Formats: sequence, C-alpha cells, structure tokens
Amino acid sequence: MKIQELVEKTNWKTLVLENPDAEVMGGFAGDLLSWVMGNGKPGEVWVTVQVHLNVIAVSSLCEFAGIVLCKGANMPEDVLAKAKDEGLNVLYSDLPAYETIRTLVGLGI
Amino acid sequence: MTVLLHEEFVVTRGDYKNAGSVSSAIKDKLRTIGIDAKILRRISIACYEAEINMLIHAWGGLITMDVSDDGTVRFVFKDPGPGIPDLDDAMTPGFSTASDDAREMGFGAGMGLPNIRKVSDDFDIQSSPEGTTITLGFHL
Repeated sequence: MKIQELVEKTNWKTLVLENPDAEVMGGFAGDLLSWVMGNGKPGEVWVTVQVHLNVIAVSSLCEFAGIVLCKGANMPEDVLAKAKDEGLNVLYSDLPAYETIRTLVGLGI
Repeated sequence: MTVLLHEEFVVTRGDYKNAGSVSSAIKDKLRTIGIDAKILRRISIACYEAEINMLIHAWGGLITMDVSDDGTVRFVFKDPGPGIPDLDDAMTPGFSTASDDAREMGFGAGMGLPNIRKVSDDFDIQSSPEGTTITLGFHL
C-alpha cells in the first residue's frame, strides 16, 4: 500500500509527508544506525525512537518509504525540516514499538 | 585505464550536523551518470559508514572517488589518525569503541567496518597511529 493509505488506516500523526505515493513494501525496526543501514531494504517503513539528524541521512540512503516514530520520540523541528528537504515521510504512531509493529503487521505489511 | 571522473570530499571531525552529507553528494553525483540503483545503494552504505567513522573515531579526513573506464568506482578514505589499535577487533561485528555521545545518537553498533566490507567488491584497510586508509572498489 501507499504510505498515504497507511496514514488513513492508522490515523498516525503526519509530521512530514513529502512523498505520499511511496509504496510500503515492508517494515524494519531498529535504533542502531549501522544495523539499520546494513539490514534495512528500500521501500520499508522504519520503526524507531531515534530522532537525531542522522536518521534522515540513513532513511534517505536506505530509500525507506517512511519513518515511523514511536511513543515519546519527539523529532526536533530542524530534523523535520531536513526530512522535508529530502522529500521523506515521517509519521508518529504514539504507540510503543511493539504495538506500532503489531499495527503494521495487522495491515498486512 | 582512464579515470573518467575524479572527485574529492573533505570530512570535518565531529561535524555531526552534516554527517551523511558527503555520502549524499556522492550518491547524487553517481546517480547523474546513470549507475545501477543496486550498486549505488551499496556504494551509499559504504560511504556513509566510512564518513561516520571519520567523524566519530578520526580527526576528519579526505574521501576521493575515481570512476574509470574499466567499469570500476574506487574510493579512498584517508584520515590523519589516531589509527585503529586492533584491526581484527574493529572488523568484528558488534565490537565498538564509540563514545557515549556517539551511542546516544544511534552510532556505535559495531557494524560500520563489517558493513563496508560486506557491500564492497574490493576492500582493503591499513591503519597506524598516523592514520587509517580504507580502499574500496565497486564493479559496475
């Protein structure tokens, strides 16, 4: 499904949605950037609590469909601005990582 | 063999705010010359990891890129020190000497060098207290 559809089905908060037609091909969870770089695949949504600027670089280089931030992960404005510049998608689930992933799985992702 | 494209990029020590910017620039540059997306992705991963290593562990450094007519892209990542005390440890997945500051930002998984070796076609690393040099090759 497209990430726009994911937003509609989950009601997760949209922090940045610069590429609403991005196709969600799967999901990946992790907070260690090298681990994510080495194992994440293009088109996945990345579930994380990391909000540092480097999240944007990793997401962009990995060509993720979007970043899904879990409960309590507040991304600073300058990082969101960078995400917008890079044409990325950033959502906020307001759920812990486990529940976030369970929701994604429930939607067939 | 003729070098068709030669580029140099400077990485500044501790410049976390711009971390990944050189890798992005390299990716953009190579995309414009039509390099296969899968190879470009491997190159991006290697460059990002090496760039981050220069920021976190070394005193900055210089990245050079050569695209040649023999169908290879070669990179040299050269930093001025302080060097890697034990290369075997550094190449072991999960081993890390990253600072607490770096770990808080999500670095320090101990996967940087193993990732670089995994995604590259040719890999060489030399290190002494005078600096570390990583040479990578990708076959197009």
